[in-house]
Amino acid sequence: MVIEFHLDARSGVAPYMQLIQQVRHAMRLGLLSEGDRLPTVKEVVATIAINPNTVLKAYRELEYAGLVAPKPGVGTFVTRTLGDSSIAAHGPLREELEHWLTKARHAGLDDESIEALFKSTFRSPMKENA
Amino acid sequence: MTAVLDAVGLGKRYGRRDALVDCTLSIPAGHVVGLVGPNGAGKTTLLQLAVGLLAPTSGTIKVLGGQPASDAHHLARVGFVAQDTPTYAGMSVADHLRLGAHMNPGWDAQLANDRIARLRLDPRQRAGKLSGGQRAQLALTLAIAKRPELLILDEPVASLDPLARREFLQILMEFVADQGASIVLSSHLVADLERVCDYLIVLTRGHVQVSGEVEELLATHYRLCGARREVREMPAGMQVIDASHTDRQSTFIVRSAVPIDDPSWTVEQLTMEDIVLAYMTQAAAVDGRDRVLEASR
Amino acid sequence: MTWLVWRQFRTQAVVATAALAALGVFLVITGIQLADYYSSSGLSACYGACSGATTNFLNSVANGVTDTAHNLNNGVMYVLPAIVGVFWGAPLIARELEAGTHRLAWNQSVTRRRWLATKLLALGLATIGVAGLVSLMVTWWSSSIDHASMTMLTPAVFGARGVVPIGYAAFAFMLGVVAGVVVRRTVPAMAATLAIVVFAQIAMPLWLRKHLTTPVRETLPLDVNQITNLSSVNNGHMTVQAAASKPGAWLLSNQTITPSGSVFTGPANMTACNRNTSPESCINWLGTLHLRQALTYIPQSRFWPLQWIEASIFVALALALVGVCFWWVRRKVA
Repeated sequence: MVIEFHLDARSGVAPYMQLIQQVRHAMRLGLLSEGDRLPTVKEVVATIAINPNTVLKAYRELEYAGLVAPKPGVGTFVTRTLGDSSIAAHGPLREELEHWLTKARHAGLDDESIEALFKSTFRSPMKENA
Repeated sequence: MTAVLDAVGLGKRYGRRDALVDCTLSIPAGHVVGLVGPNGAGKTTLLQLAVGLLAPTSGTIKVLGGQPASDAHHLARVGFVAQDTPTYAGMSVADHLRLGAHMNPGWDAQLANDRIARLRLDPRQRAGKLSGGQRAQLALTLAIAKRPELLILDEPVASLDPLARREFLQILMEFVADQGASIVLSSHLVADLERVCDYLIVLTRGHVQVSGEVEELLATHYRLCGARREVREMPAGMQVIDASHTDRQSTFIVRSAVPIDDPSWTVEQLTMEDIVLAYMTQAAAVDGRDRVLEASR
Repeated sequence: MTWLVWRQFRTQAVVATAALAALGVFLVITGIQLADYYSSSGLSACYGACSGATTNFLNSVANGVTDTAHNLNNGVMYVLPAIVGVFWGAPLIARELEAGTHRLAWNQSVTRRRWLATKLLALGLATIGVAGLVSLMVTWWSSSIDHASMTMLTPAVFGARGVVPIGYAAFAFMLGVVAGVVVRRTVPAMAATLAIVVFAQIAMPLWLRKHLTTPVRETLPLDVNQITNLSSVNNGHMTVQAAASKPGAWLLSNQTITPSGSVFTGPANMTACNRNTSPESCINWLGTLHLRQALTYIPQSRFWPLQWIEASIFVALALALVGVCFWWVRRKVA
């Protein structure tokens, strides 16, 4: 197997999200590249004992995001790399974020309030997509 | 999709004691169902009713569309591992596999032998000399190799060490991935079930407190923290499961079909363990209230 | 299912076969000795009045290994039902209930009913087979002694011959199974089975057997030369009993009665029957009373009908227990 998953039961992040994040992370680091085969559902659950539907859901999400594609009877394969596109978008995104942080501090929010606001907003739209 | 288990008003009474009261459940196929509850809640009774080891004293139960243990064909479709994973102490591992082969027309010998080899069990070893974890794996292999559509396990990992527990669940999940079977497993520890279950039933004192898909339960249950408020002041359309108060602050565990928008509340998501605890506390509180009432009469 | 029954019964089958083989060898060896006595006593060549040869034969048998063998054989026949009930019957289901393995067995693709039926049929047939075989061997071995001593109907011998042991064995087996199902613990079930089987084996000859067939009642003149018991006490009360010559019969009662029909109790003639006079004078006086002997007995000819009746009763009980067993297992066990 090219990638081995693990589950953090206490992170508060849904298991299928954790799998997605681990795939994306591996892709970003270059551990997974185009043409690599993801472990089968059976292989994944035999290593970390989780519900197969969770793995199926994660793989489906990755497919919708255009990152992987299933080949029936053979497996699920990575279809692109997550490298340059995110790095290129980093710069403008970083600037926007700094601008927003300045606004938040002017509004009187302390560091913890900013973090709480960020986290709750971060999670809600993710649920809508799921 | 037919329900794998359909119970209507199911009850079981022993003499004057009610083990199970008025249980109505409809469990859809293709799920790993967790049955949670404290010891003595009636989990074993419910599961034994489902496999036909017990007959109900009231209500009905149908499994895979038929009466439990009604005939050999139905028995072949349901696998069961009882509490304490019984095996024949004097018979070897190989003998147990022969037992399975002779008594089940749908027996998959290849699957069984593969399992035993992967578990590194010595086929000539007597079952009585195996460790608890190995016996549990043997019992599971026997249940799996007949290729059932529904597999029922009664507290299968309760007496296993963490490693054995993990290995057991791995093999179980592999079976689900492979065969698409439905599973019902019971436990008094939520942690065992959290990783693997996508459908939850909470049972206390013989009553079903809540049942539903885990995803739906997680999405509709919230913890609300805010200023001190009584239960009756809570808005309609919201079901209060548990409440606790201090002088100034109230914390409620609620079930709501719609997201909660009220800014006077801090709204938090719950884990499966939180939800189970809330329902179990609610059940205990109801009993407590009854006890108080009785004492004051 | 048959494989499982065999696998679980394997050890007991081996033990039973070994025991049967040992018994067989023992019977052959002692049988040769018995045949030797039979011919050397002259009984084998004797026709008609053979009392002398018969006595010779029975005396030789009573000494040495044939006596041990004879007693052992009878013992084995009486012990066999209890052994079958305790070691084959009681653990059959109790062991599974105790270990919880019934929850494993009843979830295989075999219904509870078929599981039970196969077990009962297989072991029931084995029980009948073993009991039949042992009874055949012992009855055949003892046949020369039985015919010489004409004791086949007596309580001590009757239960150790023919088909009656088969009936007891079937009953004891089913009793053990039901005890195991009801009690759910092997050792207490074994104890209960043993107690009830022993009770049945004592109660039947003692109280019940004589009612299974109508006995023959006969009154004969009392032959004073055949008096075996004579007792008199100081107040004149007297009892007399003479030998009853009913070869091969089971004597139920032997009473001396007066010509009018009541039991003779005296009073004794003190001049003829006191310490100082000879016994003959008393006997001669008794002869003048024209006493009669009232016998109640079951004749030799009733041996086989009685065997079948008693065996049938126990087989019927065994079948009733089969019904109880099925009902209990289906309704009451989880």
